[in-house]
Amino acid sequence: MTALFSLAWASLLNRKGSVILTIVAVALSVALFLGVEKARSGAREGFENTISGTDLIVGAPTGTVNLLLYSVFRMGSATAEVSWPTYRQILERPDVAWAVPIALGDSHRGFRVMGTTVDYFDHYKYGGGQPLALSEGLVFDDLFDAVIGADVARDLGYALDSQLVLTHGLGAADLGSGHENRPFRVSGILKPTGTPVDRTVHVSLEAITAIHVGWETGAKNPLADSIPTEVIRSFDLTPKTVTAIFVGLERKGTILTTRRQINTNRGEPLMAIIPGEALRELWGVTSIAERALLAVSGFVIAVGLVSILTSILTSLNERRREMSILRATGARPGHIFSLLVLESGLIGFMGAVIGIVIVHGLFALVAPALQARYGVAFGGGGPGLLDLYVLGAVTLASLLIGAVPALAAMRRSLADGLSVRM
Amino acid sequence: MADHVIDIEGLRFAWKSGPQVLDIETFRVGAGERVFLRGPSGSGKSTLLGLIAGVLEPQAGRISVMGQDMGALAAAKRDRLRADRMGVIFQMFNLVPYLSVTGNVLLPLRFSPARRKAAGTDPQAEARRLLARLGLQDESLLDRRVSDLSVGQQQRVAAARALIGSPSLVIADEPTSALDADARDRFINLLSEEVERSGASLLFVSHDASLAGLFTRAVDLMAMNKAGAPA
Repeated sequence: MTALFSLAWASLLNRKGSVILTIVAVALSVALFLGVEKARSGAREGFENTISGTDLIVGAPTGTVNLLLYSVFRMGSATAEVSWPTYRQILERPDVAWAVPIALGDSHRGFRVMGTTVDYFDHYKYGGGQPLALSEGLVFDDLFDAVIGADVARDLGYALDSQLVLTHGLGAADLGSGHENRPFRVSGILKPTGTPVDRTVHVSLEAITAIHVGWETGAKNPLADSIPTEVIRSFDLTPKTVTAIFVGLERKGTILTTRRQINTNRGEPLMAIIPGEALRELWGVTSIAERALLAVSGFVIAVGLVSILTSILTSLNERRREMSILRATGARPGHIFSLLVLESGLIGFMGAVIGIVIVHGLFALVAPALQARYGVAFGGGGPGLLDLYVLGAVTLASLLIGAVPALAAMRRSLADGLSVRM
Repeated sequence: MADHVIDIEGLRFAWKSGPQVLDIETFRVGAGERVFLRGPSGSGKSTLLGLIAGVLEPQAGRISVMGQDMGALAAAKRDRLRADRMGVIFQMFNLVPYLSVTGNVLLPLRFSPARRKAAGTDPQAEARRLLARLGLQDESLLDRRVSDLSVGQQQRVAAARALIGSPSLVIADEPTSALDADARDRFINLLSEEVERSGASLLFVSHDASLAGLFTRAVDLMAMNKAGAPA
């Protein structure tokens, strides 16, 4: 076998040009597949790490995914709210350790605004228990202070003490109907987390109430702006409703009981979801696309393998002479077969190795930038078990596919005998 | 009969659904003989060589090579016999393009442990010795790409390859047809010398009757072959 191995190697070297192209095709297909797979698992990990440490999310009855979407991902909007007294009830439950209310509905230049309490910054965790951290400034202190996510600061070029004006609803600021008369000041900027927090403007719940003084009918009262801010500060700004409540429990063991009790709450109808469960459900929705992507990149590998087949098959005609020389010097048909299978396997193996190197090189190059910008750790670590599987599978598949030209060459060499009609 | 390296009786062969190509009553080559087989192209000589080398199977008759009945041997056994005990030289394009000169000479040793053993402890040195005997002393030639060699040099490399590991029979199919007269005679003389030294038999096929004198015996295939297939 070693005799054939060196023969196969010499033969490949002799056809360097076309062999290198084929290896590149295989390498790129393997790199694409592994890249997709790594990005996919990275995305999934990032996705599952969006929220942690929160045991339940409570909102008005809606779909599980819907509640998760608007409370955590700031997508879509709530159809109903939860009243303040109900929030108080939940907070005072003996099995509840903490409950942080959030109020959504306004926006700032495309970024969602979320009203909450300072407790949010202590209790909201992501990435397996990491707390939010400020890169600059402090959490809100004054009524019109805002804490902005990393993306907001970067995209809008905001620094500490930048002024910003919220927009009622999700419209664009220049359409008016805004809260121009109640500008906010950036008091703190959060470090990137790779979660929707990066794209959120955080203000206090009271601030949400304050900017909506004069909006009680749902539209802006023409006199709303005439109320001086100083007067508003003296109002009781406790909100009447909140959009959702993040809940932490005293003991994890009671999670199902607590959820059932909240779901069957007498009085205001409520819905409680377990974030991890809801995240998996939501991921299930996207996993079809994800699997389709994986399937497509799998097919690209198949194309890479077919290019091995093509390159060897097309070389067979010009190698007819070589085969009969090998036969004449004592090669058995099995040798001819093994030689071509080995060549195919070598191309596949080298392609896969180079593909793996490309992917890891690329991720190693890009990962620090991704980490800094999005707070996501991508494709962590060196080559893993998956790479080994892919290397093995591609090599095996190329050995198998090599059997096609190998059989053809073997049959032909038997028919040709010693004399090849050129 | 045991002395005969090649012993053919009542041999018949036709390509699939084609006309009879070979019909030979008897043809024998003794041990150590250097036989010249004359035949124009299309006379079936390559087919005959294929049968002797064991890559083709006769439809009728007996063909015995080195005491082995080729018709009764399995294909793998015939391959083994060829690998271990025969050397083959073609008309041209004898060499594997991606191997060096020495790599080509050593090629039979890859497939035959018996030849490897017969080539001694240092096959490289044996290859160099054979090449030198055949007039390729220049060491700088050894690692050259074979496509850089002249046709005459290529044929001598092929002869060294056929001779390495002391085969019992060397088959040469028009090895000199691409050479000029000078090179041709020199090649045949060198080949004959080396064949003689190793004690092998030589079956040399050519259409050129003028070469007959350089061998111990000459046979005309056209006279021997009753099939006399048209070209």
